[in-house]
Amino acid sequence: MASDILHVTLLSIFVSVSATFLASLMAVPLGTIMGLRKFRGKEVIRTVTYTLYGFPPVVAGLIIYLMLSRQGPLGSLNLLFTPTAMILAQMVLVFPIVTGLTMSSISEVAKDAKETAITLGADRWQTAKTVLNEARVGVISAIMVGFGRAIAEVGAVIIVGGNIKWHTRVLTTAIVLETRRGNFEYALILGTILLAVALLVFFVLKWYQDKGVRT
Amino acid sequence: MVSGQRGENMSKDTAMRAESIYKSFGGDQVLKDLSISVSHSELLAIIGPSGAGKTTLLKILNGLIEPEKGEIYFMNERLEFENDSDLKARRRMALLSQKPYPLMKSVWDNVAYPLRLRDEDEVEEKVSDALEHVSLLEISDRKASTLSSGELQRMAFARATVFEPDVLLLDEFTAHLDPYNISVLENAVDWYLKEKNAAVIMVTHNLFQAERISSTTAFLFNGEIVEKDRTIKIFDEPEDERTQAFVNGEMVF
Repeated sequence: MASDILHVTLLSIFVSVSATFLASLMAVPLGTIMGLRKFRGKEVIRTVTYTLYGFPPVVAGLIIYLMLSRQGPLGSLNLLFTPTAMILAQMVLVFPIVTGLTMSSISEVAKDAKETAITLGADRWQTAKTVLNEARVGVISAIMVGFGRAIAEVGAVIIVGGNIKWHTRVLTTAIVLETRRGNFEYALILGTILLAVALLVFFVLKWYQDKGVRT
Repeated sequence: MVSGQRGENMSKDTAMRAESIYKSFGGDQVLKDLSISVSHSELLAIIGPSGAGKTTLLKILNGLIEPEKGEIYFMNERLEFENDSDLKARRRMALLSQKPYPLMKSVWDNVAYPLRLRDEDEVEEKVSDALEHVSLLEISDRKASTLSSGELQRMAFARATVFEPDVLLLDEFTAHLDPYNISVLENAVDWYLKEKNAAVIMVTHNLFQAERISSTTAFLFNGEIVEKDRTIKIFDEPEDERTQAFVNGEMVF
């Protein structure tokens, strides 16, 4: 049972950290650009992004399921019921959150930080880096919220992962299963581990938030 | 020297000049046909009522805002107002604003920031020299966001001069500060001007300050330079009656 728990826990961390990391890799630059620039349709994109915060995980799971199933456009990749499929589904949920929250925190400091950087001799790249660093508390909070959504989510991973033992079973799907079986004690232990994992990741991110990066 | 020069005399000492600048915001003509130049070792004060276009002028000179018409030359090089093409020129000038923005770092790292942008050597030495000059070395470990307004402005001065710019642009840089901080900052400007042979343009509506520290003064009114001369001349016997009125503290129409 101990090796069971360990596997489930490690897979949970792997899937949600990967999903958050990969989604943030695209979402943070996109949110930064959207926060720094003025362009037509910005308000529309902002509203759409905010709406997607509440995107139902089961719907995200369904969409990824349809895309990855045999008849779907990506069916030939044989990804359904794999951890990769679970990462993809969670990315769909994390991406709008990190993009939107990054955009708002960048907008908040953008004008002053940008002007200060340019005035002191920053080129375009250095300016973006400076603004991002000035907004780091907000940006890292955005990543935290995104990770929180990923690790706590069950609807999407159960659809595209299938809750297969030793393969795609993660903490949340295991809790669902054990609760159904009436193994409440086991389910509670898994729940406690889930909270501990979330706490651990938050502490790592918090450290970056305080320290910042050199610009 | 250069054909097509309008109004402003050019000498080989000219550090920076603006030629026939036009700028408007939403139909409001802020600057019209404005030409001005500043030489090395000159402290040019630009005085004028609020809304005369003083801050806009400084931002244009610094490359932050592009004028609709007209040209800016920095050491005879024309600014393009394109992202990185002005970088070389921009890195040799500094703008000190009325409310400086403290980067989310320590005082020390704020002052080191422009040096790191330029990949300069001897960062330690230069930063500590710059902080020494504004009496902030003792609190260099503090977060910049915890400074008082006087300390913040002194830090911003160190940050703006640590990379030894040829042109220093000051935008109401002592507004709302107490006499002690004003005198520290004015002395620092004076020291910098003499030590580095720099050109300084100071925008202010504080006439006493202009009279106290500038060598030349220009009166900016309704987006135009009404008159520019030696400071003594502007304050004692100005040519234009609008200048006369302004320096006497009267309403100008």
